[in-house]
Amino acid sequence: MNPGLLAATVLCALGFLGIPFLIAGAPVESTMGVVQKIFYFHVPCAWLLLLSTIYCAVGSVQYLFTGSERGDQRAVASAELAVLFGACTLVSGPLWGWVAWGYPWTWDARLTSSLLLWLMMVGYLLARRYGGPAARKLSAALALFAAADAPLVYVSVNVWRTIHPKTTVVPSLSPGMRGVFWTSLLLFTLLWIVLFTVRLRLERMRASMTQLELAYEDAHA
Amino acid sequence: MNERLTLACVGKTFGRHRALIDISLTFDPGEVAVVLGPNGAGKTTLLGVLSTLVAPSTGTLTFGAEALSRNSPLRAKIGWVGHEPGIYGDLTASENLETFAALYAVRANVAELLDRVGLSEVRREVPVRTFSRGMQQRLALARALLHGPQILLFDEPGSALDPAGVAWLTTQIARERAAGRLVIVVTHDLSAAATLASHLVILRRGRVVFDEHRERFDDVRALYEEKTGAVR
Amino acid sequence: MPPAMGTAGQSPPVPHASWLSQTIAIAMKDLRIEWRSREVVYTMGFLATLVVLVFSFAFVAGQDSSIGPGTVAGILWVAVLFSGTIALSRAFDRERESEAIRALLLSPVPRSAIYVGKLAATALVMFVVELIVAPLAGVFFSARMAAHPLWLALLLLLGTIGFCAVGVVFSAALLRSRSRDALLGALLFPIVVPVLMAGARGTSILLDPAADLDGAMFWTRFLLVVDVVFVAVGLWAFEPVATGE
Repeated sequence: MNPGLLAATVLCALGFLGIPFLIAGAPVESTMGVVQKIFYFHVPCAWLLLLSTIYCAVGSVQYLFTGSERGDQRAVASAELAVLFGACTLVSGPLWGWVAWGYPWTWDARLTSSLLLWLMMVGYLLARRYGGPAARKLSAALALFAAADAPLVYVSVNVWRTIHPKTTVVPSLSPGMRGVFWTSLLLFTLLWIVLFTVRLRLERMRASMTQLELAYEDAHA
Repeated sequence: MNERLTLACVGKTFGRHRALIDISLTFDPGEVAVVLGPNGAGKTTLLGVLSTLVAPSTGTLTFGAEALSRNSPLRAKIGWVGHEPGIYGDLTASENLETFAALYAVRANVAELLDRVGLSEVRREVPVRTFSRGMQQRLALARALLHGPQILLFDEPGSALDPAGVAWLTTQIARERAAGRLVIVVTHDLSAAATLASHLVILRRGRVVFDEHRERFDDVRALYEEKTGAVR
Repeated sequence: MPPAMGTAGQSPPVPHASWLSQTIAIAMKDLRIEWRSREVVYTMGFLATLVVLVFSFAFVAGQDSSIGPGTVAGILWVAVLFSGTIALSRAFDRERESEAIRALLLSPVPRSAIYVGKLAATALVMFVVELIVAPLAGVFFSARMAAHPLWLALLLLLGTIGFCAVGVVFSAALLRSRSRDALLGALLFPIVVPVLMAGARGTSILLDPAADLDGAMFWTRFLLVVDVVFVAVGLWAFEPVATGE
């Protein structure tokens, strides 16, 4: 394990030990009360779903057009993280909505886009696993379509009324909340980086294992 | 100009399977090169690389002085006949040929082509699905010849044919060779190989284990058994 | 024995052979095959009608009350897109039977011509089915399908093009996969949600006598944008996906 990754992991672990206390200590929002605190978990997850999807599409483009194995490895690692953080987003959002709105789900633009984005990333993993001989290219093409599709989904749902809290929520936070929010966002992003690096290492190790096996077979052919 | 087809250090890996390893071969116009090898030796992959449909992982493929790849216009000089005929079952013989003529952007003389492969007597309006396997394979040859290719690739062309069909195909291959084309045949059929080959290549586990011209080999069967360790 | 063809065996090249003529050749070939067998029109048409019927049994059977234009529009689009996976799946089955795909990929035709040719033929066949299913849905649900017939046809055509633009790429990539039929729908539907939404919303406005047609105009334009985006990505992605490997 390289020292950078080790440091990041330790920092991340310490951060996740500390952040619950920070969140608990943050000011309680006046209208929504204590439920609002799920926001410190929900928003970073949603942000990482978006980040992972974009990163997956970038890696897929690299793989499709230059045949870059590294691009493909990055794409699959990001797709898995997109599914993970997407699931966290889609669970924490309705939990909050249940209390704040009185119902868990609504066909609002941001909710629907997140759900569809998550479904597409699940599709990416399905395609990769069961797609037959062209599976890797199929999933890369899917990531491309998913990236192009996201804004279209957003616009089409947005034409219906949106009741999700606006993005302008963040600047309007009180200073105490803002500090906790940014810490949380940073911490989750750090977690993403750690998980991504570990997952990518695994993928690269698999690739080099294959190389070694082939070399061994050659030597003993 | 002598337009040779050259493979230089070609390798192809599918995931963890190495289908071709360091293949260097040269084929000349006017020869029939027969590629033999047990199942899984890489014969089909080799033909895929030669047809430009399979991009080699390493190494290069050149025709004459130019690189031959998926995007090269030289691809139009290749004709291919597989063990499956590669035609559309719901179209008639002439519709099949006309479609491929349009794709190759040539004005094909369909009647002459059908005559050439001995299909001039078939009913014009029947879809080729109703043809016998032998007739379909004749149409496949017409399809492969319609753009006047300089390289003709055969992938186990006789595997679904009766002995008469195989004999007919053998005559056709000899004839295309006489017309100055380079013919490469991948096959299992040792007796066909013995009749046809002016150049013999034997593959084993993705490597070339034998590569000689006619004057340097004699008993194909014995050679095959020796080189591949196969007992037939 | 007939004489060998010419000295070099060369057929004369066609002057002005173009991307367009190759695209048309591919589309015409598919349409001709479909015309002979009528397989997709019959099977897809039957399934689409069945979906409409199943919905009508579930919602209105035995009742005299009719259902709203929004629901009818939704049912029509679901029926069309679900049954459309048959057309997409068959489009490349025909290439795989007897390995015609190898001969097609080996010919010096740009991949983009194959993509557009396949897209045009598949979308056209689907569109023909839609022209039969839409009036049927109108009859079953007493909906005003004939209120803006050309506009409705345009919506259906635009939606179908968007659907096929994605579907042709996936169908080509799944050519040699055993779980193709299961995967095609699973991968396709999350992506074509904008098509479904725009189509269903637009149709619902056209069916509603009280609605403002500006909304239908918005969704028509939106579908056009979706088509442009999907075809552009499709052209881009089809090239590396369609290999002979």
